[in-house]
Amino acid sequence: MNDDMFEETYRDVAAYSDGAHRGHEKRGSPEEPGSQWFDNEAGPLVRPYAMTGGRTTAGPQGAHFDLIALVSLDSAAPAAADDTALGPEHRSIIELCRTETQTVAELGAGTDLPVGVVRVLLGDLLELGCVKVSRPVPPAQLPDEKILREVIDGLRAL
Amino acid sequence: MGSEHSDDTATGTSAALALKILVAGGFGVGKTTLVGAVSEIRPLRTEEQLSELGQSVDDTAAVERKTTTTVAMDFGRITIRSGLSLYLFGTPGQDRFWFLWDELSQGALGAVVLADTRRLEDCFPAVDYFEHRRIPFVVAVNCFAGARAYGAHEVARALDIDRGTPVVLCDARDKDSGKEVLIRLVEYAGRMHTARLLDSVG
Repeated sequence: MNDDMFEETYRDVAAYSDGAHRGHEKRGSPEEPGSQWFDNEAGPLVRPYAMTGGRTTAGPQGAHFDLIALVSLDSAAPAAADDTALGPEHRSIIELCRTETQTVAELGAGTDLPVGVVRVLLGDLLELGCVKVSRPVPPAQLPDEKILREVIDGLRAL
Repeated sequence: MGSEHSDDTATGTSAALALKILVAGGFGVGKTTLVGAVSEIRPLRTEEQLSELGQSVDDTAAVERKTTTTVAMDFGRITIRSGLSLYLFGTPGQDRFWFLWDELSQGALGAVVLADTRRLEDCFPAVDYFEHRRIPFVVAVNCFAGARAYGAHEVARALDIDRGTPVVLCDARDKDSGKEVLIRLVEYAGRMHTARLLDSVG
């Protein structure tokens, strides 16, 4: 059943890249007759959810982290030199957060992992007390006039 | 580094704030270009894997099969100040990724619907989507070279959008032009929000 699921995933990646390339005339575009996919184009060697031990949802609370939820380090985060704790993917998340507070989407791009996988790993780190994750402000309370003013002025100043 | 807690509403404005703006529109209309033009970082690409419940066509089997779909999304960032950032997400253009929009639009400040006058109908679904969910949006007409120029009013009429919804002409490749689009959106989102607050008390 798992195999089926992943096959589906890869076909979809292929379908999407195919469409995306068609419009932009990327060199070596995969749809050329007889062409083959190499390296990154061919997709990851390790199936994404292998890094989560097959888990697809985060933690016992089943928390669903928003794409722009902000992640920062918490007290139990291991020191930079400590490479014995946690797995390499967990550690790369921690290292990214060490430089700067990161959004879930940025962590996905920074670790080159699908957001779904990042969410599971974040659930682990949250439980261990290594990171703090902020809930994005609900839209109904959000656009405080002062903040929107600040955003507009900030955009003008860019 | 500002630290925030899950109950950050109590701490007020000192908490870090991330705002989300969506960039929608038909395939190849310039969403990625717009995100890239205004973003301070090279547009990043992130992959979202979502599961859908696919229903079997065969009724007698009544089997529901779960499949996952991978969608790549472009996003960019604009830091207003320390602790206040705008994130732009280019929504996947294909119709079959509609389900992803629900997640993306949750908590979004607003949306930019990019339109190309040579195939205006491509942006109809996005307009419908945001109108239906009452998410503030502006229509930004990407003025492609060689495309016949229409005025903003003509586009607004052709789209039959609610009066007041801003229509802006833009060049998605140009940073200042992109900035102007975002400014119009934030201003409009603010007006919409205030109007709704008044509605809810009156």
